[in-house]
Amino acid sequence: MTEVVATNQTILVVGGGISGMTAALEAAECGKDVILIEKNPSLGGRVAQLYKYFPKMCYPTCGMEINLRRIKANRRLRVITLAEVAGVTGEAGNYTVNLTIAPRYVNENCTACGACGQAVETAFADEYNYGLKQRKGAYLPYAMAYPQRYVLDPRIVGTPEAEKAKAACQYHAIDLNMMAEKVQLTVGAIIWATGWQPFDANKIQPYAYDRNPNVITSVEFERMMEPFGPTGGKILRPSDQKEAKNIAFIQCAGSRDRNYLKHCSRMCCTATLKQTTYVREKYGDAGKSSVYYIDIRAIDRFEDLYQKVKKDPNVTFIKSKVASVTLEKGTGNPVLNGVNTEGYHRYSNPHDLVVLAIGMQPSVDFAKLGIPLTLNESGFIEADPKNGGMFAAGTAADAMDVNRAVQHATASALRAIQVINKVAGVVEA
Amino acid sequence: MSNAYRNNFLREVTANVEEGEWVKMCMQCGVCSGSCPLGPHWEHPPQEIFMMIRAGKREEVLKSNSMWYCTSCYNCIARCPRGLPITHIMHGLAHYAKRLGMVPQNQQTAKFAQKFWDNLTKKGRVNELTLGLSLYFMNGFGEGVKTSLKMQGVGLGMLKTQRMDPLEILGGHGCKDVAGLQAALKKARQIEEAKAVKV
Ligand SMILES: Cc1cc2nc3c(=O)[nH]c(=O)nc-3n(C[C@H](O)[C@H](O)[C@H](O)COP(=O)(O)OP(=O)(O)OC[C@H]3O[C@@H](n4cnc5c(N)ncnc54)[C@H](O)[C@@H]3O)c2cc1C
Ligand code: SF4
Ligand code: SF4
Repeated sequence: MTEVVATNQTILVVGGGISGMTAALEAAECGKDVILIEKNPSLGGRVAQLYKYFPKMCYPTCGMEINLRRIKANRRLRVITLAEVAGVTGEAGNYTVNLTIAPRYVNENCTACGACGQAVETAFADEYNYGLKQRKGAYLPYAMAYPQRYVLDPRIVGTPEAEKAKAACQYHAIDLNMMAEKVQLTVGAIIWATGWQPFDANKIQPYAYDRNPNVITSVEFERMMEPFGPTGGKILRPSDQKEAKNIAFIQCAGSRDRNYLKHCSRMCCTATLKQTTYVREKYGDAGKSSVYYIDIRAIDRFEDLYQKVKKDPNVTFIKSKVASVTLEKGTGNPVLNGVNTEGYHRYSNPHDLVVLAIGMQPSVDFAKLGIPLTLNESGFIEADPKNGGMFAAGTAADAMDVNRAVQHATASALRAIQVINKVAGVVEA
Repeated sequence: MSNAYRNNFLREVTANVEEGEWVKMCMQCGVCSGSCPLGPHWEHPPQEIFMMIRAGKREEVLKSNSMWYCTSCYNCIARCPRGLPITHIMHGLAHYAKRLGMVPQNQQTAKFAQKFWDNLTKKGRVNELTLGLSLYFMNGFGEGVKTSLKMQGVGLGMLKTQRMDPLEILGGHGCKDVAGLQAALKKARQIEEAKAVKV
């Protein structure tokens, strides 16, 4: 049974991505009691799934390491993984939260030696790699996962595979009797840092994501660059595993479109600019990037990156929302069709690979969950006094980059602290 | 404000063209132009037409053959990220150009549309036999005979399956109150013209 001590002076942070980790750490380092819950088996969120991140092009592992160190050092912060909120009632200073915690089937004895993973044969689509590779039924979500503990996929529990894993573990870390738990908490304030998810590319029918294997999304492209990732760091075409050197990027894939997401996802322009630098990093002058765009929205200081990429003779910008992606017979090349609005030139351009700069949408449907939060028309959480002691942090509030998400999360921590201070009588109510 | 900055043509289109108020919503993404199956044949694809309207190019737009090429396939409407009813705007522009007498000479779609309208309003029903024949002979007697001969098989087939009544050539049947219909159409036109903003 998971023991959780919480009072109406505790802050609950939902979501363990960069925003949730930041909000939880800032509040805990100010001396507040914090519970951080994450629905996945590990902290990290979607930043941990990037190859590098702008503006400085550092590896996410670096920022992750610093945050993990802070988490480990803080005794006021309690992390619960595989946990989700089932319901919330109450008001600022006194919320009752129902959590459901899924079984991990692996306890604290785990040293992450990997023996169970070797023993198990059944494999499933690897969520961390957006399904670009398979992972075993006993697995570590990714190299830097926190907690550094294996997980058993519930689909092997009850099969001989689970028994194999158990037998392989010499630390008695595998406990097949673990059960799903329901836990009720009392907390004073709640920070929603549940983040974003990529828009479902299958819905953008003209772009053939569901029909042409050489049409991928920007999040998948990030995984391809990873040296220990599904392609060993090579940009390979899914259809024939050939190296793709002539790469097209389609902007606003799902965003700024009444048929899909109405809002501008704000990050995808800069993400594409970054990804053209990946192509150069891989191939030098032998790689070619073509960016099809409506307008480039590299906000404020990202303009520098835009100017830098514009100077690269191997990157072409085509001002056009692509009308359709068809298939070139024989080569498997995706062909982009449309009109270049600068001069109204009609084009049908074949490329080796197409990357959809996919839109960002909220990862949680709060209305459906019955959580009383004011949402905007895209489903992101609005800053509204009606939300009481509940605040959004990072991309739960809007599409934004890591830098802004961290600032936003820090602000939300401060707001939650103010609620707790009122409860504690530190400040007047 | 100086008159030079007033876009009179955009205002004219907004006021007088069916669905014309949408033109200002276009964000020039180009997906309509790229999606049009007849796109390669037009003078100006829809997105360019919308830009020309906003640039005040009245003559070029209204005298262009572009909007007459629209076949109502609805590809553009399905894909427009801003939800513009592009197909309807194209027909609205065509209709408006026609009202102003600015249709290019010998525009085939316009000619057919006129024939269809005349045929329909005569009796309140389309007479397929006379409409078909007038269409065959639209571009002269010689071509009419040639087309008629080519279509002979189809015609005979329709006769045999009673899909066509040869007696319709004598005028055919109409709706119950032809005079009433024509009065209604006349009134509708009066209202439309009274409403039109003169620029
Ligand atoms: C292709 C692409 C490339 C990008 N590259 C960059 C870049 O280079 N630099 C940059 O600054 N930004 C980049 N971004 C933006 C960046 O990914 C986001 O700013 C960042 O992920 C925001 O972090 P977050 O913590 O708000 O959300 P997330 O990373 O989505 O984290 C949310 C966390 O909450 C958890 N969660 C969700 N629902 C629940 C629930 N119900 N209960 C419990 N936990 C839950 C999730 O599992 C996840 O761990 C990129 C975006 C895209 C699309
Ligand atoms: S950031 Fe760029 S690609 Fe993304 S929705 Fe906005 S304009 Fe489109
Ligand atoms: S698709 Fe819509 S928004 Fe895009 S150019 Fe055409 S009319 Fe304008």
